[in-house]
Amino acid sequence: MTQVKKQSEELDLVTIRFAGDSGDGMQLTGNQFTENSAIFGNDISTFPDFPAEIRAPAGSLAGVSSFQLQFSSKDIHTPGDILDVLVAMNPAALKVHLQDLKENGMLLVNTANYTPKNLKLAGYEQNPLEDGSLKAYRLIQVDMNKLVITIAKGIDLKPKIVTRSTNMFALGILFWLYEREPDSTIKFLNEKFAKKPEIVEVNTRALKAGINYGETVEIIRTTFRVPKATLKKGLYRNIMGNQATAYGVLAAAQKSGLEVFYGGYPITPASDVLHYLSAYKHFGVKTFQAEDEIAGIMSTIGASFAGDLAITATSGPGVALKTEAIGLATITELPLVIINVQRGGPSTGLPTKTEQSDLLQAMFSRNGDAPNPIIAPYSPGDCYYAAFEACRIALKYMMPVFLLTDGYLANGSEPWLIPSLSDMPEIPTRKVTNPNGFQPYTHDKDTLARDWAVPGTEGMEHRVGGLEKSDGDGNVCYDPMNHDQMTRLRHDKVEVIANDIESAVPFGEESGQLLILGWGSTYGAIRSAVELAIEEGLSVSHLHLRHINPFPANLGDVLLKFQKVIIPELNMGQLSMLIRSKYLVDAIAFNKIQGKPFTLHEIYNKIKELVEG
Amino acid sequence: MSIPLTKKDFVSDQEVRWCPGCGDYAILSQVQKLFPEFGIKKENFLVVSGIGCSSRFPYYMNTYGFHSIHGRAPALAAGAKITNPNLSVWVITGDGDAMAIGGNHFIHLLRRNFDINILMFNNRIYGLTKGQYSPTSEPGKKTKSSPMGSLDYPFNPPSLALGAGATFVARSLDREQKHLHGVLQKAYEHKGTSYVEIYQNCNIFNNGAFSDLTERETKMETQLQLDHGQPMIFGKDKNKGLRLNGSQFEIIDIGSQFSKDDILVHNKKDKNLALLLSDLTYQPEFPKPLGVFYEELKPTYEELLINQIDNAKVNMPTANFDELIRSSHTWEIK
Ligand SMILES: Cc1ncc(C[n+]2csc(CCOP(=O)(O)OP(=O)(O)O)c2C)c(N)n1
Ligand code: SF4
Ligand SMILES: [Mg+2]
Repeated sequence: MTQVKKQSEELDLVTIRFAGDSGDGMQLTGNQFTENSAIFGNDISTFPDFPAEIRAPAGSLAGVSSFQLQFSSKDIHTPGDILDVLVAMNPAALKVHLQDLKENGMLLVNTANYTPKNLKLAGYEQNPLEDGSLKAYRLIQVDMNKLVITIAKGIDLKPKIVTRSTNMFALGILFWLYEREPDSTIKFLNEKFAKKPEIVEVNTRALKAGINYGETVEIIRTTFRVPKATLKKGLYRNIMGNQATAYGVLAAAQKSGLEVFYGGYPITPASDVLHYLSAYKHFGVKTFQAEDEIAGIMSTIGASFAGDLAITATSGPGVALKTEAIGLATITELPLVIINVQRGGPSTGLPTKTEQSDLLQAMFSRNGDAPNPIIAPYSPGDCYYAAFEACRIALKYMMPVFLLTDGYLANGSEPWLIPSLSDMPEIPTRKVTNPNGFQPYTHDKDTLARDWAVPGTEGMEHRVGGLEKSDGDGNVCYDPMNHDQMTRLRHDKVEVIANDIESAVPFGEESGQLLILGWGSTYGAIRSAVELAIEEGLSVSHLHLRHINPFPANLGDVLLKFQKVIIPELNMGQLSMLIRSKYLVDAIAFNKIQGKPFTLHEIYNKIKELVEG
Repeated sequence: MSIPLTKKDFVSDQEVRWCPGCGDYAILSQVQKLFPEFGIKKENFLVVSGIGCSSRFPYYMNTYGFHSIHGRAPALAAGAKITNPNLSVWVITGDGDAMAIGGNHFIHLLRRNFDINILMFNNRIYGLTKGQYSPTSEPGKKTKSSPMGSLDYPFNPPSLALGAGATFVARSLDREQKHLHGVLQKAYEHKGTSYVEIYQNCNIFNNGAFSDLTERETKMETQLQLDHGQPMIFGKDKNKGLRLNGSQFEIIDIGSQFSKDDILVHNKKDKNLALLLSDLTYQPEFPKPLGVFYEELKPTYEELLINQIDNAKVNMPTANFDELIRSSHTWEIK
């Protein structure tokens, strides 16, 4: 093949998606492009999307796995809506993802997988590569299997193994397209397959073959440069939400002088929190994989009573099981953080998809009046700060605290300006050792927290439990007025936290036509849409809540400054319900319940509709 | 040297609220008497319970205590033991608490072998909820919730515990104070999870459930004392014993045909024997085994965990948080 003359063009924003069968290595490929972009200095945001079944039938729609990445020279908050490039390794991937590819976008397919059988599995009556239905796109058809088998000559591997390197071939083409050096991936391959040199060799050759292919193929006439972003100065790494959550917990342990105890039961998409923490034994982290979620949280209650920083992580179905125990932790006034990495519900729902539909569960699921603080991070990196904050509140106020992340935050990633432990505040605990005048249920005037006398401390033996306790001495007490008082105390304990958190400050104007109020992982889409709308002169502001229980003290005042308030959520309107009932504001619920995050344009179009309509 | 503790030190200031005549009183008294004998400081005891009449126990002990929720005490105890392995942890539970709602936690605690003691007060009834049949009630039992008789076949507690991998399984009786004292002492001494089933009379809802075993007239014939290394002799005149015929027990009389040497000697290290003995629980023609059925020594969960942590501290990079979060690919923006 002869070299084609290419041009180079500069872009500030690109969105690509790798999609294929679960076995096609799309997550790995996406992560490699992400790493490369991050090291290059782009701002990035990613969205991995996995099938629910580990081994869905090969070639089926249910078995499609994808990884989306936006990289930019600007500050970005979302993985992008519309694709510039779609890699569709098989017909099922094409079927699921083609709708998101922009007109004239690049479509890269591995023709080897477009067999009659696979086409039929994907529901195609005829081959879309041949029937002209893809005319609107720049289609690049490559028999990647054949090419990698050719380049693997001389390497002693079965063809079935060799063709697993087609993902590296596709990655090579994209590296070429975006003028990237493949070094970081070659280094990665050498590390990952250190014990299998043939695998390293075949993948490296496939990667390079992809780059060469890009150089020679006619259809790619232009390559693109996305310059470095002007991010804040400092040292960066890429981080995913669950990892950041685990770091936040560990940082809180360091800052409170406690050891971490984690008790939990595996569940998607929360298991990684357990996986990460279980690798920090050298930090004294104790992880206990219990027999179910109930035992998971009960063990943390025991650990909390005995003086550890106690954490449990799960997803909605697990929280449902833990509910009775959360009530126990509430009435025994013990510090505890319950992390809910939310997923699509109800019941088993959509285990690998994201949703924000457990907010009211966190708010109300216990029997009796049993309020607990609720904190929600807004980006993968923010999980670190939010987890730290959840621990701080739990320890300062002596109560269970919910941290609501979700599947999108948990598995999404972004560049993270690495914090220093010294920048985080100290977390004083309420541990006491002086038995003089000690009463287990004496409450601090300001925080309303009780003291924490742990077993092993001389002279402070006491009993706690799920029966109502008398204010002060903590003995079982059925007195009506005491119950009234204790119920109010548990309520007020949450309310006083409002004095201890940041006030609500909207992004954009402090007052105006429209306020978008959000919480959790919708941050990126809302913020991007609002930025775009403001650029276009629309009167719109954005407020994102990190603390949902209690709300910031000034929230009511902020809401009143806007003519309309809209609340986009990945549920049927749960924050809306809380806001409407607490502030009597006629907030408009904007709901999406598809297991997918909002796109920038969905929010943007809604803004236009409300401001202009 | 501090003054040795006495029973009084372990009596809390709370009024005990069991029904007069309830077997729980005798067990409480025995535990309060026993604790000072271990030479452990009072602050190092933790008594944990679920829900039930029996589970009110921690309120009456002047130690650290936790009255948790129904069936879940074993999991809470596990967490506390991991956090502070120095604590002497006692789980107080009932037949409903441990075998119905808490069955899962019960078996998993046993298999993990924490050094924790479980005392299950088996009154074969739900006391606190006023008298429904429990997982240890006999088939056909008539209660408020089974007016025509219960359809459930019961659990056999020691068999269940052995099946779950318990490393110490024993049984005693509320009414046999000395025996109970001895069994609890051994449970404490066992390093690993000790399971003690205590037959307890609920005189309100299941009065006399164990009267065969406790009444003077019958008890010599119905109790089989298990002592490690001793022959399994019973009977008023100590003239009866058990021997194995194939894999079945049979009762033989010491006298003309058999001598004491024909009687099976108890070996608490023999799990098969322990399983056979527990099978006697519901066999009316046999005496009921009491004492230590089984004991096995193996590392406890907390020992293994401490080991892992110690190894990690030696073999892993120093525990420096800032280094940890910088240990992946990083890049500098200048
Ligand atoms: C979640 C829950 N379900 C049911 C109950 C009601 N309940 C309390 S104790 C009990 C049974 C107790 O029986 P057992 O464990 O044998 O204890 P006992 O009262 O006989 O000592 C029941 C059903 C409860 N407290 N919590
Ligand atoms: S109901 Fe039975 S078990 Fe409960 S306190 Fe009364 S006698 Fe004891
Ligand atoms: Mg009972």
